Amino acid sequence: MLALRRPSVLPGFGPTLGFALLYLSLIVLIPLAGLFVRSAELGVEGFFAAVSTPRALAAFRLTFGASLLAALVNAFFGLLLAWVLTRYRFPGRRVIDGLVDLPFALPTAVAGIALATLYAPNGWIGSVLDKVGLKIAYTPTGVFVALVFISLPFVVRTIQPVLQDLEPEIEEASASLGADRWQTWRFVVFPVLLPPLLTGFALAFARALGEYGSVIFIAGNLPGLSEIVPLLIFIQLEQYQYANAAAIAAVMLVASFILLLLINVLQRWTAKRHGDE
Amino acid sequence: MSIEVRGVEKVFGNFRAIHGVSLNVREGELVALLGPSGSGKTTLLRVIAGLEFPTAGSILFDGEDAVTRHVRERKVGFVFQHYALFKHMTVFNNVAFGLRVKPRADRPAPEEIKAKVDALLDLVQVGQFGNRYPSQLSGGQRQRVALARALAIEPRVLLLDEPFGALDAKVRKELRRWLRGLHDRMGLTSVFVTHDQEEAMELADRVAVMNRGRIEQVGSPTEVYDTPATPFVYEFLGNANRLPCRIEKGRALLGGTVFTEAEKLVDGAGIAFVRPHDIEVTTERLTLSIPAVVRQVLVAGAVAKIELSLEVEPGMIEVALPRGAHWGAPFTAGQKVHWRARTARVFPAADGGAPAAAVEVEPTTLK
Repeated sequence: MLALRRPSVLPGFGPTLGFALLYLSLIVLIPLAGLFVRSAELGVEGFFAAVSTPRALAAFRLTFGASLLAALVNAFFGLLLAWVLTRYRFPGRRVIDGLVDLPFALPTAVAGIALATLYAPNGWIGSVLDKVGLKIAYTPTGVFVALVFISLPFVVRTIQPVLQDLEPEIEEASASLGADRWQTWRFVVFPVLLPPLLTGFALAFARALGEYGSVIFIAGNLPGLSEIVPLLIFIQLEQYQYANAAAIAAVMLVASFILLLLINVLQRWTAKRHGDE
Repeated sequence: MSIEVRGVEKVFGNFRAIHGVSLNVREGELVALLGPSGSGKTTLLRVIAGLEFPTAGSILFDGEDAVTRHVRERKVGFVFQHYALFKHMTVFNNVAFGLRVKPRADRPAPEEIKAKVDALLDLVQVGQFGNRYPSQLSGGQRQRVALARALAIEPRVLLLDEPFGALDAKVRKELRRWLRGLHDRMGLTSVFVTHDQEEAMELADRVAVMNRGRIEQVGSPTEVYDTPATPFVYEFLGNANRLPCRIEKGRALLGGTVFTEAEKLVDGAGIAFVRPHDIEVTTERLTLSIPAVVRQVLVAGAVAKIELSLEVEPGMIEVALPRGAHWGAPFTAGQKVHWRARTARVFPAADGGAPAAAVEVEPTTLK
């Protein structure tokens, strides 16, 4: 309560906090609570039975695994892309910069259909890969490809502003002190980029977990093999298994929340270690 | 270590930042590169450091070519205007950085690094702040940390880019004195860039005045102040009245009146410079004096500033009199007076003033 009583030049802490909590409750907390209430209908045993079917477990594994992998891949390539876009001036830079946002704007179904067409065994890329024996569309790999596509902007857009604000003198200072390029990158530049990189990673990961539209077109959706959790929930709903759907959703929710919380803590910790507090 | 700059040019795209500049910095000397913004002084410093590659010319460290050497091999301590400290590292780690990135064979042991960094932090008077982050320090402290960081690698030369530019006046003055003391103790060959002539005068052994990518004059602070080589140097160093005049038969005329000698100059248009404190003002006519009317008297601290209205170009001149002299014969606005230059310097107007043609005269010695 101390925080509430601290004098501030900006008035209205009470009303704004009140409204923020109300808003958050209406938009986020109450619907989520409904989820838990609904899944509670199953009872403890029923709940575990619903979420531990081989099909559900496979879906969890695929969703979390592919999302994590996609976020990791984007953390790396997103950083590279942000670096190139902020550090170098080349023709077409603005166009590429604009393209980065496309996955944000494109309806996910369109993205999914486009990707499926490209990577299908008779598609442009798919036909080439097919010759070397690689199948992308209608496999778990296809899920991963779709998730990489839709979560790309998050890492790029969180790192870009930080990279832009990074003074070139910092690197010059490092070089004048005798550091080689790798040392300058490792000890001077990268530590500054780490907190936004973690943020971007967390956002990309969260986005990938919830993705539905683009994935279902490319995944093939074979139960137990290339079926993602959001689709499984949808199928359960279609079969009027509302409680089962809610139970699976609840597990997904709790797991996502814990993961995001962990990333947040990690991020806070790196920021603190770097003296931003 | 000595630094020799030989005919250095630097071109950025269509812009020529430095035009064939040469400069010698002797071992243990503290040299100021003084000039207005855009004069190329920072570019020259960066070329010396190896942060920029010269388009032409060479840089010699102790007679040895340094241009082909990368910054990290030159062993120069470079202090940036905005400190460029590593924000995510503590003060201690900032200073230790240069020691820790050394190749394993040359890297001191951790205890040695600690001892050395602690000694440096004490030297720059931030010994108790080793565990803080740069954001928790004041501007003056940050600049000193930046200096300690540069000194940690035992540089052969120290280069400072507007070292006090971002600090307030009082801190700047203190730090300036402190830096001069430090330089005297360490004897490290140093070059610093500044646009503040007072700073250059107070701190440097020699001053190189730069304008539009060229060095206009190099000399001790008194040399450049007392015998400026070009009109630019005259105006840039301290206040000066700029008087367009005519040169006739070796004399400079201001509105028909001879006011100073200009022996070696060809007849034609000229520009005379007179410093405000080199002007005498009296109520009666003197040899070579010119009539004027007092426009305004401003008393500021130890000097009285008097503005005189002239009938001829430039219409107004500024005079600075010590308070004592002024009190002896108080002038008031509207009063008719005579003034003459104790010393003046005349340059031919056409070519902007070639140093060889400039002549200094002592009007008081004229008959």
